[in-house]
Amino acid sequence: MINPALLREFQTVLGAENVFTDQADLLTYSYDAAVLAAVVPALALRPVDSESLSRVVRLCNENQLPLTVRGAGTNLSGGTIPIRGGVVLLTNALDKILEINSEDMYAIVQPGVVTAKLAAAVEAKGLFYPPDPGSQAVSTLGGNVAENAGGLRGLKYGVTRDYVMGLQFFNAEGESIKTGSKTVKCATGYNLAGLLVGSEGTLGVFNEITLKLIPPPARQKAMFAVFNDMDRASETVAAVIAHRIVPATLEFMDNFTIRAVEDFSRAGLPVDAAALLLIEVDGHPAQVEEDAGKVEYLCRKIGADSIRVAKDAAERDKVWAARRSALSALAKLKPTVVLEDATVPRSKIPEMVRAIQDISKQCDISIGTFGHAGDGNLHPTILTDRRDKEEWERVEAAIETIFDKALSLGGTLSGEHGTGIAKSCFLEKETGLATIRYSRRIKAAMDPNNILNPEKIIGYSNTR
Amino acid sequence: MAVLNDKRLNEEDEMPKIKALTKLMQELEDQLVVCMRCGMCQAVCPLFRETGLEADVARGKLALLDGLLQEMFKDPQGVYDRLNKCLLCGSCAANCPSGVSVLEIFIKARAILTGFMGLSPARKLILRGMLSRPEIFDRAAEWGLKFQKIFTRPANEIIGTSCARFVSPLLKDRHFMPLATVPFHRQTASLNTDKGRSGLKVFFFVGCLIDKIFPQLAQDVIDVLNYHEVGVFMPQKQGCCGIPAISSGDLKTFNRLVRYHLEIFDAEKFDYMVTACATCTSTIKKIWPMMADKISDSIQTKVDEIAQKTLDISQLLVSKVGLEKGGIEDSNTAVDVTFHDPCHLKKSLGVAAEPRALINANPAYRLKEMPEADWCCGLGGSFNLQHYKLSSNIGKLKRDYIKASGCSVVATGCPACMLQISDMMSRSADKIVVKHPVEIYRELL
Repeated sequence: MINPALLREFQTVLGAENVFTDQADLLTYSYDAAVLAAVVPALALRPVDSESLSRVVRLCNENQLPLTVRGAGTNLSGGTIPIRGGVVLLTNALDKILEINSEDMYAIVQPGVVTAKLAAAVEAKGLFYPPDPGSQAVSTLGGNVAENAGGLRGLKYGVTRDYVMGLQFFNAEGESIKTGSKTVKCATGYNLAGLLVGSEGTLGVFNEITLKLIPPPARQKAMFAVFNDMDRASETVAAVIAHRIVPATLEFMDNFTIRAVEDFSRAGLPVDAAALLLIEVDGHPAQVEEDAGKVEYLCRKIGADSIRVAKDAAERDKVWAARRSALSALAKLKPTVVLEDATVPRSKIPEMVRAIQDISKQCDISIGTFGHAGDGNLHPTILTDRRDKEEWERVEAAIETIFDKALSLGGTLSGEHGTGIAKSCFLEKETGLATIRYSRRIKAAMDPNNILNPEKIIGYSNTR
Repeated sequence: MAVLNDKRLNEEDEMPKIKALTKLMQELEDQLVVCMRCGMCQAVCPLFRETGLEADVARGKLALLDGLLQEMFKDPQGVYDRLNKCLLCGSCAANCPSGVSVLEIFIKARAILTGFMGLSPARKLILRGMLSRPEIFDRAAEWGLKFQKIFTRPANEIIGTSCARFVSPLLKDRHFMPLATVPFHRQTASLNTDKGRSGLKVFFFVGCLIDKIFPQLAQDVIDVLNYHEVGVFMPQKQGCCGIPAISSGDLKTFNRLVRYHLEIFDAEKFDYMVTACATCTSTIKKIWPMMADKISDSIQTKVDEIAQKTLDISQLLVSKVGLEKGGIEDSNTAVDVTFHDPCHLKKSLGVAAEPRALINANPAYRLKEMPEADWCCGLGGSFNLQHYKLSSNIGKLKRDYIKASGCSVVATGCPACMLQISDMMSRSADKIVVKHPVEIYRELL
């Protein structure tokens, strides 16, 4: 329970309409897109400007109230679940694009701006903001930065981290902290932006984000290659990279996913194919032609059964519509969908794909695999029903085996979904205990009362 | 069930009461579990765009129903209020990656919760006292007509709206389409004509709004059907399709209306059932079959048969009859018209090309798309009565899109959308005419 005097203070700071105390409202801020138990917060608050945002953070700290910042709540690792109750802070009233500067190619946004809205606004000015996480139609930039979100274009254009030039955020005391700059180069102070990106709201609360923009590619060319042998498809991925070609996107779909997509969308996909690669190269027209030719050659040489190059924008859209519907198509098959994102060095893709198939057989569960093969970030998608306890145990075992395999191949537990709650207990496997202790000391120094999204990433204890 | 009706409930009595509700809600479990909480509905929910509140978007509402079912909390009233704050536009369902049957869940949950909490007295009076009895409804509308002249004055001549003469808590600052002086059923009580060269006979389901507010539109439908020599069966004393009742969770009135109409339908053989109201079509085609199992198996069979035969007028004309082609458009004189997709046509039934084909058939018009033509107009039936400000804000966005098209006519295939759009355009003093695609097509013949 929040004490009444504090509640009144929140109401004074934010206006009563931005303070939510009804059980029914609070229940709707108890979950995100991760398959984890919901936890209902004690209070939800929606600041409408920087000043009230800072005051809310300070009040939470003074009253030792846990504070979980929530954008669109599309997180896949439980980062927005208020695991210790307390306050859920909504950013969606902080939704202004403050500046798009075409000359210096940057944008300054509030944390609640929806990713796709910024992308569209930037495009209208003839510029390009590349990070395109799957949830971009609703996800917020604050959330993207806090989770270091990726997307389909990671291979060539990088991820959210690569576009954060500067941050202005509030520390636990509600003081304004500035890091980075609008300039391309900036060599002053600690690189706090580097630390804050992907910190999942555990180290500070974003107020303004400065993002790098780039010129858009002049031309794109998309194609899809059909393989009757899974290994050949994954070998092709490795070969494309080895031949120094960097496609904008290089996506993979296994047979299970192909069939699901075809059943769902009747797009004319080859349902007998073992795997599909969807490839897009972009850039200067001459280079696009050359790269596309090389990719086509490699696909055929390694053993694609057929390859189709999109003739125009409509065909290109068709290729990507098929890929975009992959998760939906799989999701329709079973009630519960666990979307994993264990990632390996791209040369290890063939081995990882084989391992996932073996795990699916061993654990007797359905796994559809698709994803960003070009950057080693596959999405083994487990289809199950969380109400089936016995199967759920096998699902958990499978997930752990996938993690172990990814790590043994020199990979990581998460390419783009974050650690959150879902992977915090496995993190030690990837980093070792010393790294976790080091991280906990940073956290303890920055947030002595442990109010900022407690228990995320580094787990329970502050002292271990 | 005795516990449920005990008015002297205290804390200790709450538990069995909630248990009973949980039990009722179990039929929804298999459908609720399909939601994977991805949150993509936030992108398309007209209400969420206005409020930004999770409880207003489908994911939040589904989580609330799930919360009740799992007994995570005990506030059925809180869930009921939030569940009713929804346009039932179906934008979420149409865009749901995992295919959650959002509308079916919401409608069934409204029925369960209404059964549990009871209908409010005002709704009971309107739904049970009036809507469920077509003759009483007709008479009440006639009384309303008499008062209308006293209390209201014209607001916009081009659109034909009225507004309150003096401050009225009921009308607020609405600009509404007045009740027609003579409702359609007073102009043409019934029809039963034979099929001509089309070889088809249809049942024409008029619907309340067309009968009482847009009678000319019913005449347009009849004229078009006559032109194509489609036999028309239109018996007297038709009533309401039941959407106001079922969206208020009033199963009793809804069931009564379904039974009432099934008897009327039985009187004659026909190939298709048509309406010019997207909402009536979608209710008969989608909601009747969804809810009929609550009545009886034999009713379910009949309802399924009717649903199979039910078409929007534009579907009938385009795919069963064949449109008249009106020659080549004169770019100097053609009137620019934009089309608003009613949610109940596009999102519920997947009908979007057919009404546009009706417009395109008439060379006196040139179709120009507005931005986001399928963004909900914000009416949502009783949503407009309960949440007028929100409904207006959503409607204003639609008005801005219509305005942005630069057209002097906006067409839409649902009289409910026509009402909302008229209100919004009139309040902005726009000189844009609101028409139904059938009206535009009839002008050609």
